[in-house]
Amino acid sequence: MAKKMNFVTAINLAMHDAMEQDENVMLLGEDVADEEGGGVVKVTKGLSTKFGTSRVRSTPIAEEAIMGAAIGASLVGKRPIAEIMLMNFTTVSMDQMVNHAAKLRFMSGGQTNVPITIRTMTGAGGGAGGQHCDMLEAWFAHTAGMKVVVPSTPADAYGLLLSCIQDDDPCLFIENLPTYWTMGEAPERGQAIPLGKANVVKDGSDVTLISYGRTMMEAQAACQQLETEGVSVELVDLRSIVPLDLPTVLESVSKTRRAVIAHEAVTPFGVGAELAAQITEMLFSELQAPVQRVGGSYNAVPYAQALEDAHLPTPDRITDAIKKTLA
Amino acid sequence: MTTLGQPDPATLLDIYERAARIRKNDEAFHSAMQSGKLGIRIYYSPRGQEIIPSAICNLLTDEDYLVTIYRGVHDQIAKGIPLNELWAEYAGRVTGTCKGKGGPMHVTHPETGNMVTTGIVGGSMPIANGLAMASQMDGNDRVTIASFGDGASNIGAFHESLNMASVWKLPVIFVCQNNLIAEHTRYEKGTSVERIADRASAYGMPGIHVNGNDPLEMWKAAKVAIDRARAGEGPTLIEAMTFRFMGHLIGDPDEHWNEGEKEAAMERDPIPALRRYLIDHGHATEGDLQGLEEKLDQEVEDAMAFAAESAKPDILELQKDVFAEEK
Ligand SMILES: Cc1ncc(C[n+]2csc(CCOP(=O)(O)OP(=O)(O)O)c2C)c(N)n1
Repeated sequence: MAKKMNFVTAINLAMHDAMEQDENVMLLGEDVADEEGGGVVKVTKGLSTKFGTSRVRSTPIAEEAIMGAAIGASLVGKRPIAEIMLMNFTTVSMDQMVNHAAKLRFMSGGQTNVPITIRTMTGAGGGAGGQHCDMLEAWFAHTAGMKVVVPSTPADAYGLLLSCIQDDDPCLFIENLPTYWTMGEAPERGQAIPLGKANVVKDGSDVTLISYGRTMMEAQAACQQLETEGVSVELVDLRSIVPLDLPTVLESVSKTRRAVIAHEAVTPFGVGAELAAQITEMLFSELQAPVQRVGGSYNAVPYAQALEDAHLPTPDRITDAIKKTLA
Repeated sequence: MTTLGQPDPATLLDIYERAARIRKNDEAFHSAMQSGKLGIRIYYSPRGQEIIPSAICNLLTDEDYLVTIYRGVHDQIAKGIPLNELWAEYAGRVTGTCKGKGGPMHVTHPETGNMVTTGIVGGSMPIANGLAMASQMDGNDRVTIASFGDGASNIGAFHESLNMASVWKLPVIFVCQNNLIAEHTRYEKGTSVERIADRASAYGMPGIHVNGNDPLEMWKAAKVAIDRARAGEGPTLIEAMTFRFMGHLIGDPDEHWNEGEKEAAMERDPIPALRRYLIDHGHATEGDLQGLEEKLDQEVEDAMAFAAESAKPDILELQKDVFAEEK
């Protein structure tokens, strides 16, 4: 039986291996060192004990200063991983992320670059309400210069995080908190997964379903349900939003001639909208049906379970959208 | 001839040369803006504030780092940025420091330690911490200067950064150039304390309030702070009092001063004052300084000619330096 591992261990292992391999890799964030508990959910456990508190440092609660420190150090040879505890708190470090990290390469005419990895966790489903679980990937994808990576399995989390740390650009790495302890295939140690290579998880012929991150679970469930009804779905896991593996998406959609995009973030102006536009621009005459989007409803993430359930994309909502393209 | 901690004549001459170079360039930038030649599109004059970086940079080498702001051309010139590339950048030419892609608000030149120029009020300080953190980790004795205005001491990034720098004893000097006005808001209407230097005590670091237009006092204050940083003793906040002679931007009517206030400040113009001081104290003759000024005139003329003769960037540059990988 193949070895299994959860996200927490896989992400911890990726940081460990990256730090062991390259002494310029360092980590900073709130409570990340062991004296502070090794991270609020222990994702960074053991790293400061092994690599020291100069390289693995707990910071003041100061997201802008954390991000700035990571950026500054990265300009002169370090490869910092900046942990922003929850994705909603990136709003506090937004200036440093958007105006500085993403743009310094371009604005300096390529003289400087910002090889930082911004790790953050998020994800609805746990009753945290409106300020602790947003998926904000579209904001950052909309900022030229920032790479945006969203793993859907522990093995991908390991391999993609290694790539982010080794990458010469700022990479935002989005981890899903509710599924942190979900088991999956264990990664291959030392094996980076290149950014910008989507994963065709399942071949199919009737419709292409495109998703990423946590929603891949709902997407898989939808595929299984439809399989029993005789619908053959090709499932594509984007893995990274930027760089976007458009060739793989277009190749699949030109085969199936139908496309549905599912993600947890609210639907309007989201990654699904961009994909729908790209697919329509490139394959308009081949499409058999309008591209469908399934995402969070357009509101703050609600607290009450019934509301939160209704807010999120479910296998049923994905199935319905797929059926619409087949009608 | 000198007492300990006092600038010697060579130092004062060096400060004068840097300040006069800034002044000559400023005058030329003004007339270039007014005539429209070279196509310079934006300019923030630092006139009145030249002494501050001239004194500081006398104590720095190219190895030391500077992070400055849109009103930062005096800092950059004092730090030794090559004038040809500077002018070409302002003129949006491919030979500019940033290939014309950054412009006046984003001048970068790592060879002279000009690491980042930001157009975001407060943006310089978090990044300066990161550069200083890298120096500290590498155990070298480089220091980082974070330059900013009085208005910037009211933004969150200032407070986050001073706190972090103090907690980590970073080799960084926060240089607040207090020109008594933020865009169009007078100091006392926007700032809660009589002296910004007093804010240092809230972060457990020394705060020095100094007349930034007095080269002797400014140099001494900078020396204390730089020595402290190089010795690993931590950061310092310097509030250097100065005056903005030319308004926020070119064309600004600058009507916010009391009657005679600005005129009086301009009468105390620190550059002619230093010039007189050098001659009165026998550190230089009128002929020496005239010779120097002619050399500076020539430098500016050469830089303008270099910019004028340089090509404009190719449209393809839009696709370059966005990410490490070229499109
Ligand atoms: C975050 C942010 N807010 C507002 C502005 C617009 N703005 C540019 S300069 C300025 C005034 C800043 O004053 P100060 O910090 O004293 O620096 P000075 O221009 O006097 O050198 C303002 C409000 C900005 N660039 N960034």
